[in-house]
Amino acid sequence: MLELSAVTAGYEPRRPVLRDIDLDVEQGESVGLLGPSGCGKSTLARVAALLHRPESGHVVVDGETVHDWRYRAPRELRTAFGVVFQQPRLSADPRLRLAALIAEPLRAVGRTGEIPRRVEELAATVGLGAELLARRPHEVSDGQLQRACLARALVLRPRYLVCDEMTAMLDASTTAALVAVVEDYRRESGAGLLAVGHDRTLLERWCGRTVHWSQLTGDRGGDRAQDLEPAGRTAPGTA
Amino acid sequence: MTPDAPATPDPVLAVRGLSVRFRMRGDTFVRAVTDASFDLRLGECLALVGESGCGKSVLASALLGLLPGNAETAGSAHLGDTDLMTAGENVLARSVRGRRIGLVPQSPAAHLTPVRTVRSQLEETVRELTGPPRAEVRAAAERAAERAAFPADHLDRHPHELSGGLAQRAATALALIGDAPLLLADEPTTGLDRDLVERTVDELKRHTGDSRALLMITHDLAAAERIADRVAVMYAGRIVEIADAGDFFGARGPRHPYAGRLLDALPEREFTPIPGMPPELTALPDGCAFAARCTRATERCDRLPAFENSVACHHTLEVQRA
Repeated sequence: MLELSAVTAGYEPRRPVLRDIDLDVEQGESVGLLGPSGCGKSTLARVAALLHRPESGHVVVDGETVHDWRYRAPRELRTAFGVVFQQPRLSADPRLRLAALIAEPLRAVGRTGEIPRRVEELAATVGLGAELLARRPHEVSDGQLQRACLARALVLRPRYLVCDEMTAMLDASTTAALVAVVEDYRRESGAGLLAVGHDRTLLERWCGRTVHWSQLTGDRGGDRAQDLEPAGRTAPGTA
Repeated sequence: MTPDAPATPDPVLAVRGLSVRFRMRGDTFVRAVTDASFDLRLGECLALVGESGCGKSVLASALLGLLPGNAETAGSAHLGDTDLMTAGENVLARSVRGRRIGLVPQSPAAHLTPVRTVRSQLEETVRELTGPPRAEVRAAAERAAERAAFPADHLDRHPHELSGGLAQRAATALALIGDAPLLLADEPTTGLDRDLVERTVDELKRHTGDSRALLMITHDLAAAERIADRVAVMYAGRIVEIADAGDFFGARGPRHPYAGRLLDALPEREFTPIPGMPPELTALPDGCAFAARCTRATERCDRLPAFENSVACHHTLEVQRA
């Protein structure tokens, strides 16, 4: 189980973007975390995926308490997570061909022998043909690049998948296809899933359990940006 | 829906047989847009929808004359009496971009100049496009901001200090300054949350009013459903169906099998992906490009279906139902 308890995190001292958050993801469970933009849900996802050190609170992965984050985290913890971000362009090295992009985690942990077989398997899973695998990110569409990023997240067979707005840039068909890939993997591997997003219809259809950000904060936290201001504040008078 | 005026005036934009291909190394071509034709009238909103990589944004770049050097075009796109496909860079730069076509960009945060405040960018655009006396530039820029509901107390901020929704409004304010009759919105809602998507497209619709036409390029079918009068569905560079939005999203439903499967992929509907992937634009089949993924495909689909009665398919969905 992935347990986050009393997590407070932010980017500047004494200005946390989230306070005192508890969230559990069981193995094999799919949890959807819903919230408006700017509420802090992506920061929580980064803490959960060991990519951002919280100011306080605990993260426990299958009974093991996390003490170090990012590159300091021990490899077996780091590799327990697969992460897919919202913007594939920003999370793909522009110099790598898609095949190398998918293989990157294997190379990083020194398991280069498995590369040909795993890349071939995963390319088939996410629906990328040989011709596309030989291209670089600027030569493929967002949807195709996100397929490669999902394959990269699955290549080490993670125990937990964190998908932060994985489909926000994508069309309906690619969205349905990528969700199907995640769900197949989850069923077959028993991995846990934390899917973060703002699309209620999508997350409720996708996940076994959906949590709204306001349930986690009890409506006290989350400094919302201007986006949450009522439309009435600025909209009238211009029609 | 916009009621059809009894005597329909000339369209704001008339696109006929527009094709764009990119010449690649080794004399191969990427056929990004093939034979696209549609009209857009005053007060109308046309949503151009399709999967990513289907050629939607290339079509937008073509209309603005912003294609890269290796592009070759055919066909015409008349904006009033100017053919955008043959007009020179001088005409496009001095009289079209910003003045007759307002662009609402895909990624407003990237569209704005990062090192200058919103006010300074609005003022520059006001100066360039409308040329008011120097003393009035500031007031004109503030009016432009207000028109797009951009709050005045945020005018002196830089783009990185704005939320996604406000950056979108800043970009919309810039697009509206030239009072262009055609608004071209290229994926205006990508990455925004649902409330913001709805607000953004509602605002676009409001700005369109009766005095402009809106071409909204999007993969967000819910956004299209919300404001479009008509929908054009693009697949592998071709427009395969143009339909009244009420019919398309309503009881009648789409007529092209691809459009049907695209709607079925929505999480509020079947949530089933279309099997396979779109064909590569470098290697389009001779016949129907969707045949390989289509459950209705027969040998007839080896021939390219003509675009007739607003749909290009040998086996339209309504024929099967009848």
